[in-house]
Amino acid sequence: MSAVLRIQDLNVAFDAAPRAAVAMRGGGGPDRGGPAPGRPAQRVVKNVSLHIEAGEILGLVGASGSGKSMTARAVLQLLPPGARMSGSIRLRGERLSSMSAAQIRAVRGRDVGMIFQEPATALNPLMRIGDQVAETLRLHRRVSSRAARDAARVALDQVGLSGESGALERLPFELSGGQRQRVAIAMAMLMGPSLLIADEPTTALDVITQAQVLALLRELAKLRGMGLLLVTHDLAVIAQLADRVAVMQQGEIVEEGSTARILRHAQHPYTQALVAAARLQRKRATSVSPGAAPVLDVQGVVVDYRRERRSLFKAPASLRALNGVSLAIRAGETVGLVGESGSGKTSLLQVILALRHATEGRVSLLGREFCAASAGSRMRELRRGIQAVFQDPVGSFNPRWTVERLISEPFFLLDAGVSAAERRRKVAEVLVQVGLDASDARRHPHEFSGGQRQRIAIARALITRPAVITFDEAVSALDVLVREQILQLLADLAAQVKVAYLFVSHDLHVIRAIADRIYVLQSGRIVEEGATEAVFNAPQHPYTRALIAATPALPA
Amino acid sequence: MNRRASRDWSLMAGGIITAGFGGLGLVAVFWTPYDPRLLDIVDKLQRPSRLHWLGTDQLGRDVLSLLMAGATTSVGVASLAVLIGAAVGVPLGLAAAAYRGVVDEALMRGNDLIFAFPSLLLAILITAVFGPGAINAVIAIGIFNIPVFARVSRAGALQAWTRDYTLAARVAGKGLWRISWEHILPNLFGVLVVQATIQFSLGVIAEAGLAYVGLGAQPPVPSWGRMLNEAQTLTALAPMLAVLPGIAMLSFVLGLNLLGEGLRRAAGRAP
Repeated sequence: MSAVLRIQDLNVAFDAAPRAAVAMRGGGGPDRGGPAPGRPAQRVVKNVSLHIEAGEILGLVGASGSGKSMTARAVLQLLPPGARMSGSIRLRGERLSSMSAAQIRAVRGRDVGMIFQEPATALNPLMRIGDQVAETLRLHRRVSSRAARDAARVALDQVGLSGESGALERLPFELSGGQRQRVAIAMAMLMGPSLLIADEPTTALDVITQAQVLALLRELAKLRGMGLLLVTHDLAVIAQLADRVAVMQQGEIVEEGSTARILRHAQHPYTQALVAAARLQRKRATSVSPGAAPVLDVQGVVVDYRRERRSLFKAPASLRALNGVSLAIRAGETVGLVGESGSGKTSLLQVILALRHATEGRVSLLGREFCAASAGSRMRELRRGIQAVFQDPVGSFNPRWTVERLISEPFFLLDAGVSAAERRRKVAEVLVQVGLDASDARRHPHEFSGGQRQRIAIARALITRPAVITFDEAVSALDVLVREQILQLLADLAAQVKVAYLFVSHDLHVIRAIADRIYVLQSGRIVEEGATEAVFNAPQHPYTRALIAATPALPA
Repeated sequence: MNRRASRDWSLMAGGIITAGFGGLGLVAVFWTPYDPRLLDIVDKLQRPSRLHWLGTDQLGRDVLSLLMAGATTSVGVASLAVLIGAAVGVPLGLAAAAYRGVVDEALMRGNDLIFAFPSLLLAILITAVFGPGAINAVIAIGIFNIPVFARVSRAGALQAWTRDYTLAARVAGKGLWRISWEHILPNLFGVLVVQATIQFSLGVIAEAGLAYVGLGAQPPVPSWGRMLNEAQTLTALAPMLAVLPGIAMLSFVLGLNLLGEGLRRAAGRAP
């Protein structure tokens, strides 16, 4: 059998200077965290050889900076400026690696399709979906605009966006993330490519949407006999989709084999670590007395958003984001809050942190009412009791400040002034507590990796000794190995300092590993709550069941 | 690489020209070759000579001294006007971005109101009401600068407010003003410096324009605009009297624009 794609001895290296540009260009996402700027010249892909047969799905897995995205981009010569590449890449025998820019442009989209992590930015926001798909066709073939639109309709039909639903006439912002990713797939599939490259195609999607997109990709690959190169950091996705897996570490392929073998009998220690981290083990034992009084009590919270006013003479429409949500967290307890995007998780967190007014309902912290309207001094006193860790380890720090100043920002809450020496001592103490070094206080956030930055965020939340810390998708931007370490750290800290966590995530694995009790949020309502294992073993509500079924899992 | 070199070139040339005129204006505060107010009718309309490097005007004043003293007026009026605009406009912009909603609407519609008048017309209006003079020119030009700074800082601040660290600061209990000061304002520094340079060059032109129509600095305070006005009737007799202040103004504004452009690019390049 002849391979669709054969990569031999691929090397990619960067000059010293443009390295920073690569890190910036990479954008967000777990795969593109990018190393700290200023590193010397380095080889990011070393002697990589791969092959993909027709109809085969090859999973390329690895941590941030392992070179897996660079390998995928090298196929279409889409490397960032400053990259030098050697080796041979053949598509059905044709040598892509020695093609001119004009030749490779003809191959892109026609013979090799590509889809990216963020479907929102891959589409032109001002162009109707139908026109956008049709344009791809007209770039490569001389067809009438009518024929192109018909072809676009067929292609969108195949990815489950039928013409009757009016998808052709819509603009990208009118579609959900999953629908946008389907459009991107339709565009990639339009010319009947023999190879599809998918770089973290489902990382930005909800579990339920993710399951649908994965099923679609698998079906298309098998039906059309197309090779699929799936680049991801998520072994669970690989387990669902791939026939074969190649594991990359620091630019090299350390292990390759059938998916079943890699997951069950990994040989290389790195692969073993990855598989172990993907099978998240329970991080803590429940140690909360059920009778304890709640430290955080949320009663019947309703949040309405006002929509844009359509007419001067009509009252603006409103949208109910939260509809009577109640939840309670006891001292030292870890509570998970699960739900898809748009279910109201973020609004609820904002109300709990008193960053947003609730239309109805109340929040009490340590038995006292806590809301955005509280007076200054009382507000500060209450704020001390609840702190937050955010999702984005880059955006949650002012890049101009040193770690010491960042971590001591909440000291503003302490009425009595804290002396400089005292502040330095406390900062050093929390830094050590989260597994960093006291000397890190003088550095700036950009000098740290994503996982270390999340540790700094935890240190900042810990410094006022709060009763509750909220985590908004706090580990979803991290690699599996780093995620494992951070979750372990959180479990250890909870045991040490008796702090309660409210852990918000769409990732059920994470919630299961850390939470004592969970709440399931759907369209602004709590549809199910209970002890974690009880809910996972016997979910009552159909939505919970759907979520659990859609979550990709490794075979036990 | 080529583009980078040209950026540095405009930054350097603009910097040198601007610093040159600024230095000239500063020196003129303490020393000029002759007293620019000294009339010497006997030596009127002289050609350049060793005694008067750029000649004398119709009242026998030394043109070089007039130009230097005019630079002082120009720099003084324009920089004070920029200061007024920034000192009032930036807090307004920060407040609009921090409070949003009604505050934002009210401030920005007020801005639009000032914007709706052509700037020079507004300045003429103010000086007509409060009387001509350098101080009133400063106020008139300063008022026109306010909405510009308010708008620029609001736009930058809105962007900065989307960062998670402002959320972290709110969770740390800091008020909107304090966050604006500590986290938002440093983000605006680059755009504000660029905007200040642009407003400065507009201020130079506005000062000269007001003086030209007789509403700016009054005699005997020297001003490039009034030099142009007075030279107008003598263009056939002594064209250099009009050309020299014209060249001074042109090159100063050119220098400021080059500097602004260079700074804008430098700010865009920095992380």
